[in-house]
Amino acid sequence: MTTRLLRRLAASLIVVWLVASGTFFLVALAPGDLASKMADPRISPAARQRLREHFGLHRPIWKRYVSWLTDTVSGNLGDSFLFRRPVREVLAAALPNTAILAFWGLFLELVLGLALALVQASKPHSFWDRLLSALSLGAYAMPTFLVAAVLLWLFAYTFPLFPPSHMAEPQAQGLSFGGRLAETARHLALPALTVGLTGCGAVARYVRGSLLDEKQQAYVLAALARGCSKRRVLLIHALPNALLPMITVLGLSLPFLVSGSLVIEVIFSWPGMGQVFYAAVTARDVPLIQAGTVLVTTAVVAGNWLADVAYSWADPRIRR
Amino acid sequence: MKGGPRRLRFGLALVGFELTLVVLAPLVLPNPHAIVDPRGAGLLPPFSRVFVVTLQDGTSFAGLELSRKGEVLALRRGSSWEQVPEKLVVSVKPQWYLLGSDTLGRDVAARLVKAGQISLSVGVSSLALAVTLGTLWGMAAVLGPRWLDRLLMALVDAALALPLLFVLLAVSAFVRPSLGTVVLMLGFFSWMGVARLVRGQALLCREKPWFLAAQGLGLKPLRLALVHVLPHLVTPLATDATLRLGDLILLEAALSFLGFGVPPPIPSWGSMAAEGFEVWRLAFWLPVFPGLAIALSVFAFATVADGLGELGRGERIAGEAA
Repeated sequence: MTTRLLRRLAASLIVVWLVASGTFFLVALAPGDLASKMADPRISPAARQRLREHFGLHRPIWKRYVSWLTDTVSGNLGDSFLFRRPVREVLAAALPNTAILAFWGLFLELVLGLALALVQASKPHSFWDRLLSALSLGAYAMPTFLVAAVLLWLFAYTFPLFPPSHMAEPQAQGLSFGGRLAETARHLALPALTVGLTGCGAVARYVRGSLLDEKQQAYVLAALARGCSKRRVLLIHALPNALLPMITVLGLSLPFLVSGSLVIEVIFSWPGMGQVFYAAVTARDVPLIQAGTVLVTTAVVAGNWLADVAYSWADPRIRR
Repeated sequence: MKGGPRRLRFGLALVGFELTLVVLAPLVLPNPHAIVDPRGAGLLPPFSRVFVVTLQDGTSFAGLELSRKGEVLALRRGSSWEQVPEKLVVSVKPQWYLLGSDTLGRDVAARLVKAGQISLSVGVSSLALAVTLGTLWGMAAVLGPRWLDRLLMALVDAALALPLLFVLLAVSAFVRPSLGTVVLMLGFFSWMGVARLVRGQALLCREKPWFLAAQGLGLKPLRLALVHVLPHLVTPLATDATLRLGDLILLEAALSFLGFGVPPPIPSWGSMAAEGFEVWRLAFWLPVFPGLAIALSVFAFATVADGLGELGRGERIAGEAA
């Protein structure tokens, strides 16, 4: 078991390294170097040469690659052209906001998905089961911007209950801690609900399937024979076993969660990684694009690996 | 086991309905690129009718209402009435907007259908690329030595964890956007699941007596793979591919929505939704229609995949019982 996890860790490091190198060579080999992209095209050749030397572009590509890689690994990420601040500061400010959105979005996703699955699995193949199956498949099929558009139109425009964008109003700076918390919660409602609604279908489909598998098991029959109520068997006996594989599923859905929240952050102007990254890509802000890609990839790949570790620790059948 | 075929039929009917619409509807709908008077016919709600008035000098205007006062024709464009001498008018034609119009007065229904052709063909082409790459990778893992198998599969597992949208955006910041690059990017980053499936199924085949017999005859690995393993992969691959097609359509939509997918003026569902989102307060249905079109396609493909899956499971169970 340990060797498999270590092998996966090594492969994860290789993949992160491949992605990082990919972003470097994509930039380095793209036509037109940084100096010509950033600077006024009318500057003198001497000034351009100085600029090239400032960025180290006169050195051979492999030397630049090695120094870029060591800089990135040691956390020296350079300055963002767009925000005119160190990349590290920009990313450090955005990361917690994405974490807040992802956490509450995931929370809603799980609550909604589990509720759907439990209702469905309590009476499989009934009318409600079929209806909810179709609904959860529909939720899975909806693109994030459709959900966002409907939520915005309903709850920010027709019934203006929640603000349509940003994390706080400008005047929220002066509020007390509790006031700021409430302000963030109000702004979080629509983006987090979008994450939850788009993700709950996949969770419901998965948990329903594994609950029905568990209901076939002998221990369920034994519990029923002992006189446990159906509800008790479903909630206390079958559900924990059905949730165990969810750890892996959550790990595997992490990339989708992060990718999905990119679109949601852009729509709701939520100042997280996704929005910063999108702004960087739109402005061709090379250092920020490179660092953002490496950071998000590392985070997601690491999360995935951790889910694998957690699963092998939680499931005694795999633990050895 | 009855659920399988019924669900499959329902899914296939949905897919067939959509394909028919996408292929045949352009015959009856107006030109999706034609810009009809943004001021008179822009941002109309669904089921609107305008009158298109063409003048002698070739210019045309559109208005919601038309009235005739003697020699003068009055046309309501937006909130104001405008008057034209009747002798200058060449023709007056009513035009229906089934699903309304966008900011430039283009027909949303016609653009939706045109965008459907683009989005579906981008999805299918990138799917073909992903299936090819994945099959090659998975087969290489099965046929090669054990260390290669471990390396290739560990890479696949790790690559499955890539946050695709971030990686795709990073790539598209540096390549010139075109239909071809979108297909290449999508295909190149979504073959990993296929590789895993192919390897798993091929390993199952390798333990079957007919495979051992073929191997015992001394057949070359390539022939074993192509003739004796590949045919058995068709059903699971088809199931997986229909589900994957939905994912690819969603991914392309997200990419185009962010402005880094299919470049304008080619419409795609994602870019139509993005255009609509800029004016969602005025016309909330503009991002909703392309969104529903995507949801319908993904729903249809997932239903077909579910049906195929249940069918496959039924067959296998029947086979084992016999």
